[in-house]
Amino acid sequence: MVKALFPLTLKEASVKRRGKTLAGPIDLALNRDGITIVMGPNGAGKTTLLRMMHGIDRLSTGSVTWAVPDTVARAQQAFVFQTPVILRRTVLENLAYPLHLIGMAKKEAEKRALQACADIGLSGHEGLRATRLSGGEKQKLALARALIRNPQVLFLDEPCANLDGPSTREIEALLNQAKLRDTGIIMSTHSIGQAQRLANTVIFMHKGALVEHSPSSVFFETPQTPQATAFLKGDILE
Amino acid sequence: MGDIWEGLRAAAWLLISFDADLYEITLRSLRVTVSALFISCLIAMPLGALLVLRRFWARRFVIAMLNALMGLPPVVVGLVVYLMLSRSGPFGVLNLLFTPTAMIIAQVVIITPLIASITHQALRDLWSEYHDLLISLNTSLGQRVRTLLWDGRRNLLTAALAGFGRAIGEVGAIMVVGGNIDHATRVLTTAIALETGKGDFAMALGLGMVLIGLAVTVNLTIHWLTGTERAGRW
Ligand SMILES: Nc1ncnc2c1ncn2[C@@H]1O[C@H](COP(=O)(O)OP(=O)(O)OP(=O)(O)O)[C@@H](O)[C@H]1O
Ligand SMILES: [Mg+2]
Repeated sequence: MVKALFPLTLKEASVKRRGKTLAGPIDLALNRDGITIVMGPNGAGKTTLLRMMHGIDRLSTGSVTWAVPDTVARAQQAFVFQTPVILRRTVLENLAYPLHLIGMAKKEAEKRALQACADIGLSGHEGLRATRLSGGEKQKLALARALIRNPQVLFLDEPCANLDGPSTREIEALLNQAKLRDTGIIMSTHSIGQAQRLANTVIFMHKGALVEHSPSSVFFETPQTPQATAFLKGDILE
Repeated sequence: MGDIWEGLRAAAWLLISFDADLYEITLRSLRVTVSALFISCLIAMPLGALLVLRRFWARRFVIAMLNALMGLPPVVVGLVVYLMLSRSGPFGVLNLLFTPTAMIIAQVVIITPLIASITHQALRDLWSEYHDLLISLNTSLGQRVRTLLWDGRRNLLTAALAGFGRAIGEVGAIMVVGGNIDHATRVLTTAIALETGKGDFAMALGLGMVLIGLAVTVNLTIHWLTGTERAGRW
């Protein structure tokens, strides 16, 4: 058994670029608790928060620490970006890529990639150039590729933006399966409905600041802050 | 006009009769250029990738150098290589002047900047596409270089073909360092210059046809590759 990554602790963590604060300073302690949903209006700093938790945005102040050393933690994480990054390779090669990186034997990597391909309903498309897939298929491919190393933590940045109902349902099903396999999921979304379906914990961001961090039952029934209340009512936040 | 038709007929005859001199010269041209191309690609492609991936202190300087070297007249490159290899030069003891090796060295100096520069541009775009994913996946520098070179291979082929075109048609530098010695360092371009000077238009035209044939083939291939590139929309 791999040593647990959680809790994740952010202390005074902030990201600044060209003098502007994109997010933070944020103090936060996160335990493994199924699916954590990050919500907030456009530009609130959701993407920035996820990227700094994952360690791909340089911190300007403060720290982000996992229960294990950074290098160990990073190897156990995966990230699905807001616009999926698709390698100019076949579907199968895209899926096998993270496995090749860690030196897995070709045969074994291919076997797992084939299985993953079937799991996302892309059987028969293994040899297709992945860049030719539709938007929804690309999103599913990026998700399957992120899951292929069985990460302990999976970050997703609005994985269902631009997807229709059925595709969203498929993605949510994959996420629920991952949750059952004990993968901690931290994900941003714009959809209040999706947050209600999936969230165990909600983090609400506004103007770069962490405004509220509550269990989902609390957040949706009795939000603790005026911003979250207004957001849930459908008001447009300034 | 008569002269030209006469010449063309004779040239065609040299080609189909497998004239020994003509084929020897053509083969030597190919050998020198392909060797130079191979060495240049080995240097230029990883260099182009590193220029994209690494923000080292001399990066801007190296890019400026590449651009400067690309604009350098080949004859000047020839002159510098000549001075390096001449008996009194730093590499004089190697006795390389007026050998095919000297010509390969000159061609490497001429086409490496070109190939590195095209590689750099192509991989820069690819890297901006891949950046987040490869960082997230914790790739090592070597893995990044290999991923970019492999996934950018069509662009790299274009770069290599451009280098080939430049090298096979080059005359100034290899004339200076090779000396255009019969059965030793005579290649297509230097032979054409010589035969034209002597007034042997049949030979000059025959050689010219081979050269044009090679150039056209290479350019059509580039055209076709960049065409499929756009159509394929990788
Ligand atoms: N490199 C940068 N330089 C300057 N400003 C930036 C940079 N990157 C992001 N920003 C700004 O930081 C703010 C937060 O961006 P972020 O992408 O985290 O928001 P978000 O909550 O994910 O928004 P969305 O819902 O639109 O995806 C935005 O106002 C954005 O314009
Ligand atoms: Mg975002």
